Amino acid sequence: MTIEILATYTIALLLLIGTIFTLVAAIGLLKLNDPMTRLHAPTKAGTVGIGAFLMASILQSYTFGEGSFHELLIMAFLFVTAPVSANFMAKVSLHRGACALPPPTPQDETWSTLNHFDHDGEVEEVARDDKPNPV
Amino acid sequence: MTLATEMMNWSLYAAFVIVAIAQIMAMIRLWIGPSTGDRILALDTMFINAIGLIVLLGIAQGVQIYFEAALIIAMLGFVSTVAYARFVLRGDIIE
Repeated sequence: MTIEILATYTIALLLLIGTIFTLVAAIGLLKLNDPMTRLHAPTKAGTVGIGAFLMASILQSYTFGEGSFHELLIMAFLFVTAPVSANFMAKVSLHRGACALPPPTPQDETWSTLNHFDHDGEVEEVARDDKPNPV
Repeated sequence: MTLATEMMNWSLYAAFVIVAIAQIMAMIRLWIGPSTGDRILALDTMFINAIGLIVLLGIAQGVQIYFEAALIIAMLGFVSTVAYARFVLRGDIIE
């Protein structure tokens, strides 16, 4: 009997945690003033809020029913796909020019993937003011 | 037992109301969103809040069958977000 009371209090606590995270995500989505910061709010906090709701659902099914772990599937799927979709939305914001573009890549000889190559394979010299002195 | 059940019911009501408010706020961002990325983000947030509402309905009624609906909505939300983003990025979804 006591374990049921404890589980019920825990369900209430998890529901409140999920509610707070979901509300913070929605307020961040509505109130922040840059597309990248707006992207930051709901993709993290909203996912954690849904995770708390799903934990409450698992605990409720074990307390009042026969119990099942099926909600872990939704949780795993959401936690895997949320960064992927956030990355796609960031690429959309970059593509449409809705946010500040990333700085140009540094022309550094120690990172060969950052260099621009001509067609004849020579390193293209790009005139930059902030080019570091060769050591 | 009665106090614990009372607390769970009240937090369930609060969760319903606040997730609905979050859904409305995401819809406002979908309406006023200045850029395309904001509108896609608002749709993704609305999908996630819909999953939350379905899970809360399953908790409130004490049944397990809403799990499958929540899983299908999670998959459709991810696929539609990726499809929107690819359409904006590439002008085509499946090349």
